[in-house]
Amino acid sequence: MTPDRIPGRVVIVGTSVGGIRTGQALRAAGYTGEVVLVGAEDVAPYDKPPLSKQVLVGDQAAGDIPLLGPDGWSGDGLTPMLGRAAVRLDPIGKQVILSDGEPVDYDAVVLATGAHPRNIPAPEGYLVRTVRELRDSEAIRAQFSSGGPVVVVGSGFIGAEVASSARQLGLEATILEALPEPFARVLGSEVAARISRLHADAGVSVLGSAAVARVEPLADGTGVVHLADGRRLPAATVVVGIGVVPATAWLADSGLDLDRGVLTDEYCRASGAPDVYAVGDVARWFDVRSGEHRLVEHWTNAVEQANLVAHNLLHPDELRPHAKAPYFWSDQHGLKIQMVGRIHPDDRVSFLRCATTAGDKDVALYSRDGGFSAAVVLGWPRAVVACRQAWERGEDLAQVTGRLAALSTTAIPVPVG
Amino acid sequence: MQIKADVGKCQGYGNCVDLDPEHFDLDDDGLVVLLRTSVDEAELEKSGAAVRSCPVQAVWLADDDA
Ligand SMILES: Cc1cc2nc3c(=O)[nH]c(=O)nc-3n(C[C@H](O)[C@H](O)[C@H](O)COP(=O)(O)OP(=O)(O)OC[C@H]3O[C@@H](n4cnc5c(N)ncnc54)[C@H](O)[C@@H]3O)c2cc1C
Ligand code: SF4
Repeated sequence: MTPDRIPGRVVIVGTSVGGIRTGQALRAAGYTGEVVLVGAEDVAPYDKPPLSKQVLVGDQAAGDIPLLGPDGWSGDGLTPMLGRAAVRLDPIGKQVILSDGEPVDYDAVVLATGAHPRNIPAPEGYLVRTVRELRDSEAIRAQFSSGGPVVVVGSGFIGAEVASSARQLGLEATILEALPEPFARVLGSEVAARISRLHADAGVSVLGSAAVARVEPLADGTGVVHLADGRRLPAATVVVGIGVVPATAWLADSGLDLDRGVLTDEYCRASGAPDVYAVGDVARWFDVRSGEHRLVEHWTNAVEQANLVAHNLLHPDELRPHAKAPYFWSDQHGLKIQMVGRIHPDDRVSFLRCATTAGDKDVALYSRDGGFSAAVVLGWPRAVVACRQAWERGEDLAQVTGRLAALSTTAIPVPVG
Repeated sequence: MQIKADVGKCQGYGNCVDLDPEHFDLDDDGLVVLLRTSVDEAELEKSGAAVRSCPVQAVWLADDDA
């Protein structure tokens, strides 16, 4: 370590998983300076994945999904400044300015402001919802308790999980996708067909080429979703899951390089100003492997970057690049869907059915010219670990197949779809 | 330090295994298995990162006498 280059005071903006884990990783690495967490929301930091799953169905509540350790802020050695958003970053004066004008001095600052959900033009009131914060999830849960039908706009993962939760509560649920093939944008046609079937079997009606024209509110608080082709669907709740926008508006005049996120180098150092780092859903980092900037909106990525930034802040002479395999999980209708890697539009997809002591498991492998791009694993976490290791080591399709075969008694190709 | 696990909470997300395969593994049911529970000084960074990466806090570190 070179103590003179270690910051005396680290300010972290954003109190979700990226921000909190950065603070915790600094402490775990023995950092003794002050760590201040600035958060717009005035609630104890909570985790987001359960917001579309356990919290919606009532299996977990706010107190069950903490990000801090059992002894809270002081136990983790972090100083909270909650309830005021950061509205400006002054990288020359080295200050973060809060919404009431209070400046917060930093030696190093970590931007972890995540993303805001996109929405559709919606009428006043509570009919149309997005789900990003705890209060969104609690409000949707309350609405669900007075019954369906539930209409989900967008066939992304969060929407699919909301539909799954609605069905678990016995509510009628529909997923609308503007593109012809639901789920295909992220997963490709073959795996998308499989996921559509999963939803159909669980009683969700999944509609492709279903663009929403408008949502008409009715006097009783429910509404009607009008599709562009004239179809109409009644809805007690409309949940919109059409993606997110990185929360960079407050950085507009900071001089940082912004492009659909905060641009950083491979060490998660923001370009445009010194001693500024970015992690999680707001960070578009330089991926050495592909030579491009990437933004990965998944939980594990935020935690990996949190660990990385803590290390890089404390070891300026031994910087580590971010090079983990992109990975996320999603839980839908009791099935764990886990994806590793990055799909390319030209990938070929093959399905492998593997016999294990816990039954037959299917893995979809995406490849191009024998190279391994990505895997979607259905209900077999052990295989996910193998795929992540293989991806990080740059193994090819044959090597990944070999790893999966080694985990099973038989591994045979099955027809796609 | 010692690694503790509550297998009942584990969701098979595999992040612990990815970061610290010397202590963690998964069985065919997708549940965490501790290969070794003791963590020495040199392993603390890795094992600490592994437990912080568990999305459901099914694994954690405890003092040796705890
Ligand atoms: C409902 C839901 C379900 C999900 N499920 C999964 C899943 O199953 N698997 C998976 O891998 N990923 C999942 N994700 C994605 C995962 O939760 C995100 O990738 C992760 O939360 C990103 O963390 P973050 O800290 O970068 O940003 P965020 O979680 O977006 O947090 C940003 C924080 O910054 C605060 N903030 C924003 N602007 C300011 C400001 N100007 N000043 C101060 N504070 C500010 C916000 O209030 C918030 O606390 C899910 C996300 C949601 C919303
Ligand atoms: S990270 Fe947590 S949930 Fe995932 S396998 Fe490990 S213990 Fe289980």
